[in-house]
Amino acid sequence: MRDARAARSHHTPRGDEGFFVGRSFMTTTQSARPIDAVAGMRRTYIGLSPISIGWLVLIAAAAVALTQGAATIPASTTFAILLNRLPLVDIDVAASPAWERIVIDVRLPRVLIAGAVGAALSFSGAAYQGVFRNPLADPFLLGVAAGAGLGASIAIILPLETGAYGFGWVPVFAFAGALVAVAIAYLVSQVGRSVSNTTLILAGVAVSAVCGSATSFILITGGELARPILSFLFGSFNSASWERLALAAPYLIVGSLVVGAYGRVLNVLQLDEEQASQLGVDVPRVKLIVLVGASLVAATAVATAGVIGFVGLIVPHVVRMLFGGDHRQMLPLAALLGAAFLIAADVLSRTVLAPQDIPVGIVTAAAGAPFFLYLLRTRRVDGLR
Amino acid sequence: MTAPTATAAPLLALTDVRVTLGDNPILAGIDVEVRAGELLGLVGPNGAGKTTLLRAATGVVALDAGRVALRGRPLDGFSRIEVARSVAVVQQLPEAPSTMRVDELVLLGRNPYLRLLGRESQHDYEQAADAMRRAGCEAFADRTLATLSGGERRRAFIARALAQEPDLLLLDEPTANLDPEAQSAIFETLRELTAQGVGVLVVVHDLTLAGAYCDRIALLDAGRVVAAGPPSEVLTAETVNRVYGRRVTVMQHPTSGAPVIVPAVLEEAHD
Repeated sequence: MRDARAARSHHTPRGDEGFFVGRSFMTTTQSARPIDAVAGMRRTYIGLSPISIGWLVLIAAAAVALTQGAATIPASTTFAILLNRLPLVDIDVAASPAWERIVIDVRLPRVLIAGAVGAALSFSGAAYQGVFRNPLADPFLLGVAAGAGLGASIAIILPLETGAYGFGWVPVFAFAGALVAVAIAYLVSQVGRSVSNTTLILAGVAVSAVCGSATSFILITGGELARPILSFLFGSFNSASWERLALAAPYLIVGSLVVGAYGRVLNVLQLDEEQASQLGVDVPRVKLIVLVGASLVAATAVATAGVIGFVGLIVPHVVRMLFGGDHRQMLPLAALLGAAFLIAADVLSRTVLAPQDIPVGIVTAAAGAPFFLYLLRTRRVDGLR
Repeated sequence: MTAPTATAAPLLALTDVRVTLGDNPILAGIDVEVRAGELLGLVGPNGAGKTTLLRAATGVVALDAGRVALRGRPLDGFSRIEVARSVAVVQQLPEAPSTMRVDELVLLGRNPYLRLLGRESQHDYEQAADAMRRAGCEAFADRTLATLSGGERRRAFIARALAQEPDLLLLDEPTANLDPEAQSAIFETLRELTAQGVGVLVVVHDLTLAGAYCDRIALLDAGRVVAAGPPSEVLTAETVNRVYGRRVTVMQHPTSGAPVIVPAVLEEAHD
């Protein structure tokens, strides 16, 4: 009753890597149980779970980043200053108040914001790719970047009072522009309760084009104001501060908790929508919730640091290729490694041409693309389709 | 499994179901029943409405008129999850990531039993393993979908459906594009499922195959059931030629006597 022919025609060895399990550079052997997908989730790498690997990479990147900067502060002093901020820690260290200020109020918020933005872009990219089952999806697919760019441009050319939470109207307008763009794309595509992925993507492209042309018009006619607009469009962490981090954090936390709750359901959505629906998933509802949550996270990232490309597209793919496609693990891992990646990219952007900063988006593309091309050549990338 | 009694409500009952897509009436008043332990074949020419009937039976398309009932209760009285726990569907060309392994795919069939933040329990793994056994795919449980033959792929999706623990299984052309041996093998698996008490409704193009394996056959044409009953009553030369035209020949199988339906090679084609 089985396909006898199939047994003959496939010399594939038993134990393919699988979708949820990921590629192996690790040491575990396949178990012979009929169901060992669970072994994939619990698979360890040199004795470490994927999530703890993510944390280690992130901590390492942050530690390096905290010791780098215009002022030369010994690494041991830097860490002593940081550790002294923890309760019950009192390390005797010869650090001037200026050094303390640099580490605590300049470097630390910058590293945390770079990490938060990297995590947000990568996490929302992973969520978008999961909903659309499309490897080309990134957090800017539905107009977040173009809407934020237009919002920021409007804020820059309008003769507004410099008020708004102490750092100008640009992030506020950018956030609003991003969400308005996504909302238009979604509402235009909606028929009844449901939304076709193809229509939604095309609507996102159209909304992005409209916002992009308006932004270009403002740029060309803006004269002196073109420079701050361009600087927003390239993205940077120059305005990093504790206040900015505090303003962004609630949106990032709420958005990612909502999306994160749907990790297992996103796995079911990797089948087509009709199958997911017949498996009991309310597809239009799940899509709406995940897209709203992911767009909130992406819009917050863009409002905080401008448009930083590439992170949200590439990091989720890398995570999927290395650790498998189970969204319950993939979403948090994408956040951890996205944070590490952007922290590292920011260090490069500050140090390569020091004292001049390079826009971090240039670094993410220049450093990340070759690595991604290498992965494309050596590993299967069709984890999504 | 308990034997179905004559008085029990059928697993699935469609009564005067009408569906119009755009301006085209696809189903024009359909009455079909599937009982526990029964293999019902749904046959008919391309465009007769077979796939739409399956989709109407699970509430994927809205009805213009008529009723769909599961075990005597109207379909819209069930929640999506309740339906998914008793009715499973194998679409004609279901999609899944090519790097997904068979056991991973089958485990997704447990979704109707899991809460939003839930994890699969040992029971879910056992049910998935059992589904793979019944669908005959334990031998390639750890292979990815990309490496499967057409027949193996069908079995994987049948196992995914069985992991839902359905008492009603709906399949849309599970034997399309398979070689004759694999076609028979799929139908033998379906017969094993009906022996376990599952009601099976299968859309099939191959009338001979339908006649050989199904308990009953419903013949659809232009959105209506034009004949229904045991294969020997439905697959007569007269009925088949009326629906499919003269390019079809009905013969008797030399040993079993079952109807054998083959494309006729008309003489004028050789002129």
